[in-house]
Amino acid sequence: MKKRLNIRISGLGGQGAVTAAHLLAMAANKAGLYSISNPFFGAEKRMAPAESYCRIGPERIYDRGELVYPEVIMVFHPQVITLQKSYTAPFYSGIKKNGLIIINTSTDLLTEEDHQRLDDLNVAVYDIDATSLALEIGGTELSTNMAMIGACAGITRVVSLDELEKALQDRFGKKYVASGGTATLDEAIKKKYAKKEMLLKKNMDTIIKAYEIATEWAQNQKQEMAVQ
Amino acid sequence: MNKPVGVKEKGVKMSQHVKLGQKNKKGQVYTDIVDMFNMPEPPSFLTGSEVIRDAVKVASIDLSVAYPITPQSEAAALIGELYAEGYLGDYFRGESEFAVMGQCAGAAFGGARVFTTTAGPGTLRAFENFPMWAGARLPIQVCVTCRGINSPLTIQPDTLEMYFLLETGMLIWHAETAQDLYDYILAGFMVAEQPDVHLPIATCCDGFFVTHTKDTVNKVPDEVCLPPYDPYRSPVPCMDMENPPVRMMRDPFVMKSNYISYSTHASWQQEVRAAIERSRKHTIRILGSLVETQNTDREILIVASGTAVSQSREAIRLLEEEGIKVGLVKLKTIRPFPHAELREATANAKAIFVPEFNLSGWLAREVKACIPNNERVHAGPQVGGGMTMPLEVIAEEIKRYLGIPTETLASRGS
Repeated sequence: MKKRLNIRISGLGGQGAVTAAHLLAMAANKAGLYSISNPFFGAEKRMAPAESYCRIGPERIYDRGELVYPEVIMVFHPQVITLQKSYTAPFYSGIKKNGLIIINTSTDLLTEEDHQRLDDLNVAVYDIDATSLALEIGGTELSTNMAMIGACAGITRVVSLDELEKALQDRFGKKYVASGGTATLDEAIKKKYAKKEMLLKKNMDTIIKAYEIATEWAQNQKQEMAVQ
Repeated sequence: MNKPVGVKEKGVKMSQHVKLGQKNKKGQVYTDIVDMFNMPEPPSFLTGSEVIRDAVKVASIDLSVAYPITPQSEAAALIGELYAEGYLGDYFRGESEFAVMGQCAGAAFGGARVFTTTAGPGTLRAFENFPMWAGARLPIQVCVTCRGINSPLTIQPDTLEMYFLLETGMLIWHAETAQDLYDYILAGFMVAEQPDVHLPIATCCDGFFVTHTKDTVNKVPDEVCLPPYDPYRSPVPCMDMENPPVRMMRDPFVMKSNYISYSTHASWQQEVRAAIERSRKHTIRILGSLVETQNTDREILIVASGTAVSQSREAIRLLEEEGIKVGLVKLKTIRPFPHAELREATANAKAIFVPEFNLSGWLAREVKACIPNNERVHAGPQVGGGMTMPLEVIAEEIKRYLGIPTETLASRGS
């Protein structure tokens, strides 16, 4: 890895946007890279805008806080775009040239103007129906964040599947204390599975599947992406 | 009592109730803090809240009082877990921040090493207690995870509350990263409890940017811990109702004679401030210095504390790519203010920028009050209400000063 990768995740409260950034950063840390992740949200409630940021690079990272100029933007929920539930307007404000946007959607949510602006910046847009994928493989829509980080890793190759699995083990394999809201959601997802091993396996399967289909998409892309 | 302590002396003054090398009930070995910091451990990848817990775990704390307020709630809850595991003497939840700080005072009067955490509106709600702690010479440590205090409500990081804390008579340290926070919590107890200091300490960090950020931290092994607090080394008698400072509360001098009241207050306030200055030598012995400097021979300098230092480090990298050379002075302690160090570091600077995460610019005022030719000080950039400070904004401020045209940030991204 030669250059720093800045990833901005816009989602809604309860979707695991914060956990996704933590997992990517932890995976990078396990890969021997430098990384920092931090969240940005208001009152902790479901469906409220929630953002998280993950910075990964080959040298010590000091920068923290809201990511104003990202290379990668991930949109976890269509409402980020349709109801403007993001901290920046438009949601892709600040995206760098040759950047990448991954949107969890089954249909194109961007206007013609959006497409034009992003084309002008040579930004690649990848629509992935992550929630359907999560339901299908993970067995719950709560695994949407797993599909999204899988897709991100599949295209950018910033971390490997092996490192993501280690990060997943770290986060869900042992006791973890977070805020009340996060603890409640952790409990909710644990109840979806008979055993903790199943939780880890199903979520890892979701990551792998998204990784594979995103890899295939990236291989068919003609435009050059600065994020790879 | 105030016997000078030579800087060559390695150890800090500590309890005589236990000896170094002895074990506590959890099997942790009482260890000199300088030795603790020299025990290599593999780096951990943790949030700031987890780092607070891990520092508390090895700090031989007798009592901690909790009250929830974002962004310190997770740290307070994690300290509760430590209590359940037997690492603290006592732990409970107060009725409000005001009650918490009063309960901390009670425990400290009783001779306990006390730790608590608060933030933003909680700091202000508790406020009356802070100068009381200082006047009563209670070496309580409060970790302040800074949060905006203005209306409309915000939970985001803003360092305005540190401005309010400046004249409380407390030691005030400002951590840049989770690593700093870990080190400062441990060093803070040792410095604050020295007989010639014996003051409360606010170990401040920027909420979210430190507490909720996952970062790499080098910790000390869990098998060692700080020597315990020894209340018999306090410079004021514990719970003596006839002598200052306790008498001031139960049977105030103002009830006897305005003159006695006046002279007691005047001398005591000076003594508290002198004690802050006396903490310098202990802090230097443990943390190495009150400031960290980089390339102070350069004409343009940034002076900052907390997260503003991190953002400045990145801005300096960015400017370097364009051939613009900028130096850096990081202030670790705000009280005591590192006057001599700052004057020396800025001696050759032509322009000094002070980026801050608050709109009052209190650090710029402190810097201006400290150095000669203070027209060199440019207060800014400043962000408020928990807004982030992109490195590009710091870089633009400096380029504008140099007359280099810049893109306007207002139109970013669209």
